[in-house]
Amino acid sequence: MQRAVPRSLASLDSWSRGSSALHRFDPRAKLIALLALLVAVATANRSIPRFALAVLLFLVAGFLWARLPVAGALARAAVILPFVAVLAAVLWIGGQGERAWALAAKSYLSALAALLAMATTPLPRLLGGFEKLGAPRFLLEVAQFLYRYLFLLPEEAQRMRQAAAARSMRPGIREGFRAAAGALAVLFARSYARAGAIHHAMLARGFNGRFPEMQTAHFRKADAVFAVVASAVPWGLRLL
Amino acid sequence: MHIPDGFLSTPVWAALDIAAAPSVAYIARRAQRGFEESRAPLLGVLGAFVFAAQIINFPVGPGTTAHLVGGALLSFTLGPAAASVAMTAILAIQALVFQDGGVLALGTNIVNMALVGVAAGYLPYALWGGGPRRRLAMFAGGVLSVLSSALLALSELAASGVKMSGGVLATAMALFFVSAILEGAITVAVIEAIERIQPRAARHPASPMHLEKPRFQRSPLPAMIGLAALLLSTVGVLLASTQPDGIQRLGERTGIAARVRMLLHTPLSNYHASFLQSDVGGKVLAGLAGIALVYAACVLVGRAFFRRAVVRNRSI
Amino acid sequence: MTACPLIQVRGLHYSYEDGTAALQGVDFRLDPGESVALLGPNGSGKTTFILHLNGLLAGKGAIEICGMKPDKANLPAIRRKVGVIFQDSDSQLFMPTVLEDVSFGPRNLGLEPKAAAGRALAALEAVGIAELRNRAPYHLSAGEKKRAAIAGVLAMEPEILVLDEPTTFLDPPAQRSLAALLSRLPQSKLVVTHTVAFAEAVCTRAVFFERGRIVAEGGVTEIAARFGWAFE
Repeated sequence: MQRAVPRSLASLDSWSRGSSALHRFDPRAKLIALLALLVAVATANRSIPRFALAVLLFLVAGFLWARLPVAGALARAAVILPFVAVLAAVLWIGGQGERAWALAAKSYLSALAALLAMATTPLPRLLGGFEKLGAPRFLLEVAQFLYRYLFLLPEEAQRMRQAAAARSMRPGIREGFRAAAGALAVLFARSYARAGAIHHAMLARGFNGRFPEMQTAHFRKADAVFAVVASAVPWGLRLL
Repeated sequence: MHIPDGFLSTPVWAALDIAAAPSVAYIARRAQRGFEESRAPLLGVLGAFVFAAQIINFPVGPGTTAHLVGGALLSFTLGPAAASVAMTAILAIQALVFQDGGVLALGTNIVNMALVGVAAGYLPYALWGGGPRRRLAMFAGGVLSVLSSALLALSELAASGVKMSGGVLATAMALFFVSAILEGAITVAVIEAIERIQPRAARHPASPMHLEKPRFQRSPLPAMIGLAALLLSTVGVLLASTQPDGIQRLGERTGIAARVRMLLHTPLSNYHASFLQSDVGGKVLAGLAGIALVYAACVLVGRAFFRRAVVRNRSI
Repeated sequence: MTACPLIQVRGLHYSYEDGTAALQGVDFRLDPGESVALLGPNGSGKTTFILHLNGLLAGKGAIEICGMKPDKANLPAIRRKVGVIFQDSDSQLFMPTVLEDVSFGPRNLGLEPKAAAGRALAALEAVGIAELRNRAPYHLSAGEKKRAAIAGVLAMEPEILVLDEPTTFLDPPAQRSLAALLSRLPQSKLVVTHTVAFAEAVCTRAVFFERGRIVAEGGVTEIAARFGWAFE
């Protein structure tokens, strides 16, 4: 799946830096609420249409509270629909047609819920929350660096692709293949060199083998209240 | 192949999340090698490289293009443990930032692609990457990394109750084979191009293992057995999904079902203990067996490959 | 800030792994309060040289930073005294926000988060971008990134600033701004640059590198004229 990495990345990143009340809750509280909702959706078996609609409205309310564009969010979550459609088709062929609708709804709502959590929490803060929860530090550091340079490397690749397109006169498959491999090799070498430069910059500022603790919010009473209430709502909706 | 939320049944995604968590923690510690965290930027930047790499198109036919998936490439250049960590970070970012793959399903996707996919991709390279058949080894690595993760994903869907007819399965397998072969070809092409610029980019496979004198080469064997068992079980699950009554019939024919029913009847007489008779039960059992094998494979592979502490030449 | 004697380099030789001789006997000296420009063609060894000043590379020859030799025991202290600002700001600003990045140095020195943030804020104010402290580095202009990188080094309270081609990617107004900022900072400076006007604005002395050696020393304008280094 070819994504316009910088654009969709930039939009989520800027959404996540808003200042609504929802943005200001501790990432761990939002994570708890998200998991509660995802499990409620995943394990739902009966009267799915009503429940699905209720969850949808709940999430839309969340986006409104977070002062985020609802239409944009709904559209962004819809990016999973093509893949879901394939799986739904498989189900339909196998004679499990109604199940297909239920599963598609579950997929979409799960993606929308995850989007709401991520659109109100900058990823580095979320990683910091995970660190406080005891996740492996090394993995979180890797993810933090990945995110940071995700804003840079794909753009370099994009520029290379445009430059190559401007030069080529419809090459054959062989040449195109070789050119693509060459482009990736250059990108790889640059990435490796950049990692070396980062390492030098770290050492130059006294890095001694261990990164400082990641920044994240402080868990307050308000966060606990939010976590409990937000987790309870989807389960309450199941009683409908 | 990034499974979204909603398609896996609860036993499947829950079991895989539970399997993934300690495996990832273990491998993260291995990749970190003690307390030194200075490799994090390299893994992070190469993770971003994988995203960037997916923008570059490889023409493979009239109007068709493919792109690098990257698991095998990462394992050759970083070693399998570090590659698994990088892939895990990639999958997490794909799920959270791009909604590519579910959150509850993240454990599943990690097991499929970051653990099994990377290990399967590295295996041929570990065995033959140091010798004359290096290109073939890397090609095979690319093929296996995609094929194993795709097959695993398919079997997890089957174990979750997605009925797949023979026709659907055949189409899926055909698509997977094609993607796998493309990944192999792209991986080889890219590594060779890299090595023209950076001669020692892909580490010699023997290097992480050469701390002691070469004794009995025990490293690949348990991993091979684990992987073979894993693939067999996934194939088993897939076949079972095309014959939903097959397991039940097999159970009745061998009398297992009757015996288990008796066993379950006494202590659990109120419990709806006929789950062996339903389609779901058979598949869940097969799925869980597959999952248990995945976990065992991970532990085996982990012990086989990552036991060695490497004294790398560190820059000051 | 204690007056620190100098940088003293004698007979520095360095060859890369593939055998290329990058430095072939460099003698150099920096006295307190000096600002020296390093001029010379690409590949003449300027960057290789400065990587020796904080122990990132180790060649053959005598190096003394404030009287300390760059062996393992002294590296932490040397890296405090010598602050290097690399050419590519994007590889230097690797933390999620500017404040976290500028705090990286102080945290490594052992300061608690609050104290480190205080130092970082002071450094950001010194370079004039305190209001950008919560921004992500990818949201900054080239000039702002360069300032943030300088702040990250200032937060270590160094005595010597080493800048590797700081005007790269900066437009002329940003270059003028940077020159003004550097002139205000009290540290001794080494500036690798190709822009003679920038060197003239910031530095009092220049050395000229050629094929791994320093072949001339003098005033900036004089050296530039001698080697035809100015653009006109």
